[in-house]
Amino acid sequence: MMYDKIIIRYGDLAMKGRNRGMFEKRMLQQLQLRLKDFAALTYSRMFGRLYINLNGENYALIAERVKDIFGISTFSPVVSVQPELEEIRAAALALMKAMEQEPATFKVSAKRAWKKFPHTSQEMNHLVGAHVLRAMENLKVDVRGPEVELKVDIQEEAAYIFNEVVNGPGGFPFGTNGKAMLLLSGGIDSPVAGWMAMRKGLELEAVHFHSYPFTSEKAKEKVIELAKRLSYYSGAPLKLHLVPFTEVQTTLAQSGQDPLIITLMRRAMLRITERLAEINHAHGIVTGESLGQVASQTLVSMDVIGRATVLPLLKPLVMMDKQEIINEAERLGTFATSILPYEDCCTLFLPKSPSIKPNLRFVEKVEGYLNQQKNLEQLLDEAVKQTEVLLLTPEDPEPEASAGEDRWF
Amino acid sequence: MLYFDHCASTPPYEEVIDTLGEVMKAHYANPSSIHHAGADADKLISRSRSLLGELFGVKAEEWLFTSGGTESNNLAIKGAAKQYQSRGKHLITTQIEHASVYDTFKQLEQEGYEVTYLPVDRAGQVEIEALRMALREDTILVSIMHVNNEVGSVQPIADIGKLLQEYPRTLLHVDAVQSIGKLPIDLQGWGIDLLSGSAHKLRGPKGIGYLYVREGVSLTPLLSGGSQEHGMRAGTQNVPGIVASAKALRMAMQSAQERRERMYRLRQQLTDFVEAAPELILNGGAPESMAPHIVHFSYPGMKPEVIVHMLEQHGIIASTKSACSSRDNKPSRVLLAMGLGQERAASGVRISLGDEHTEQHILQLCEMLRLTISKLKPLERSAR
Repeated sequence: MMYDKIIIRYGDLAMKGRNRGMFEKRMLQQLQLRLKDFAALTYSRMFGRLYINLNGENYALIAERVKDIFGISTFSPVVSVQPELEEIRAAALALMKAMEQEPATFKVSAKRAWKKFPHTSQEMNHLVGAHVLRAMENLKVDVRGPEVELKVDIQEEAAYIFNEVVNGPGGFPFGTNGKAMLLLSGGIDSPVAGWMAMRKGLELEAVHFHSYPFTSEKAKEKVIELAKRLSYYSGAPLKLHLVPFTEVQTTLAQSGQDPLIITLMRRAMLRITERLAEINHAHGIVTGESLGQVASQTLVSMDVIGRATVLPLLKPLVMMDKQEIINEAERLGTFATSILPYEDCCTLFLPKSPSIKPNLRFVEKVEGYLNQQKNLEQLLDEAVKQTEVLLLTPEDPEPEASAGEDRWF
Repeated sequence: MLYFDHCASTPPYEEVIDTLGEVMKAHYANPSSIHHAGADADKLISRSRSLLGELFGVKAEEWLFTSGGTESNNLAIKGAAKQYQSRGKHLITTQIEHASVYDTFKQLEQEGYEVTYLPVDRAGQVEIEALRMALREDTILVSIMHVNNEVGSVQPIADIGKLLQEYPRTLLHVDAVQSIGKLPIDLQGWGIDLLSGSAHKLRGPKGIGYLYVREGVSLTPLLSGGSQEHGMRAGTQNVPGIVASAKALRMAMQSAQERRERMYRLRQQLTDFVEAAPELILNGGAPESMAPHIVHFSYPGMKPEVIVHMLEQHGIIASTKSACSSRDNKPSRVLLAMGLGQERAASGVRISLGDEHTEQHILQLCEMLRLTISKLKPLERSAR
């Protein structure tokens, strides 16, 4: 199909108030950044929408990227022709015929913005509709609930025709709502939480805790893979903080409070993340927790764990069912990586019956003791200091790309 | 020695031999082990797999390493037949397949599958129409070789794949052992689901086969054991062999066009000689329907082993039929299928070319053939 434009629509609600100008500017920047490989594209802003002028570039390749750009609620490929009846009819029919699956019902919605055009909007609905109907035998008109709405927008310079509305991810343009830290475990949930947070305009830095030799190097590679995938969606390099957690974890494991290990561990992670957030000017912590999923995700546990930090804890998945989260992970392309059998936390440290109702006072008492006897606070500082930082992009080579000697391949 | 049996096996690239030795020395750990030494070996396999994906424009995960062309063919055919038997038990192949395909189908017949063996024309090609007629509701697999290993005829895989687009429940397996690195192969464009290759046919090491398994296709494994090769092929991977075979494949594919053109010129030189010799009959079809590296002719009335041995006395290595079936004395199944008759089918000689050959070598070969013919002439069956 000879599309020459793409209409980009963003959520109306997002666009209210003084921030509107900033959002639109960010949206345009994001498009330009993500589509920089298509050199011929030009952009224009009109009536609260953005237009991409294709100038001969391939629509399908561009749509593949546009559908993942945050802030876009829907978009449509458009054919523009001379504002003249026969040209409009011909283009409308060609569009309908080019649909991959022929619809059973449709309606025409014409809008005459250029009042010198000889036919009214109502007349145009009939003139274009009848023309399409004559040529497509199995097609019927349904004005109430059509499968396809064929839109004809008549302006002075051109008539714009389209019949396809593709969903974008919605949300806000990337980075318009500040920065947060994401706890990225390597499991199914946290990448989904990360995507949902980014969709809301958050810039993220990921934090991963590893306990080599209690966990394997592969667990780390898996997290790198997930972070790379997330950075595809943000369109920006993603910072991944790899925190050495072995010392802290083994100390907690020797506290003599088996059922509380997970609670203590999660609190220690939040404390470390809070310090990293401060250093990196982030203002919240995103986690993949979902209410009731495991012992540390009961409401009581969330309460006791959450009190370890003063930063807002953002939990996009908190009310989602596991299957819904899995569906999202599959759609985002993180599921297959997440289910690789490399644990981020050694089962050695998992108590037989973790507390689902930890007592805050008691937990604080244990931590006080660990501070005095084992310098827990110092261990946390140490972990922050020894954190390794990687800057990841989707284009980064796979770890095996540097395996062995180049001359062997 | 002048070696003209590249269909049977090839001289490995020097670099491939070096790689084999170096990797064998440095990375002896088991690639399935969880320690670093194992992980490093495993990464070498991953990198090799990525290279295959890159060379063929598909995903790395779609490639398996096996022990050779025979295993790749067996795994593809038996694995698919077993995996999808609930959809149907009808299989289609051709009468001119390599033994590792043909006999696999014979075995499946004994296990209750129904097999249609498509005929070929005198040029050694299957007809699309014949395939169309053979396809049924319950056909689960079509297996057709790309280049015939005996006479060198090229099968119309692109057209076959196109026809099979209308049969989404029927898988297409291609035995490409003789074509990889010589002819272009478009896995996705041709709609190929399974494709077999062998490293030692393209100047790689023996003991390594390639098998492409399109994403979404699963195979019932032949071997029980570990979960290596995505669970489809148990057994500790041959790490040095895999790395060396990936290198060989890269070298072969990156130089394929240039080598192909060169080989076609040498082939022409040789076929001109064969066609001019009244005693010899060239087998196969028009040059453009033939692989660049194979020349096959019959010397009716003469036992081909005699020709091979006489050439050998002059330092020239040629072969009769495929090495895998050259030990039995029956007339060639492939030539019989081409309708060339007992006499021609029992007197075939195969010359297969390699990168090291020059025009001078072909001249030498032709000279020796001339000499051999003149010595054998009085002994022809019809002359006595």
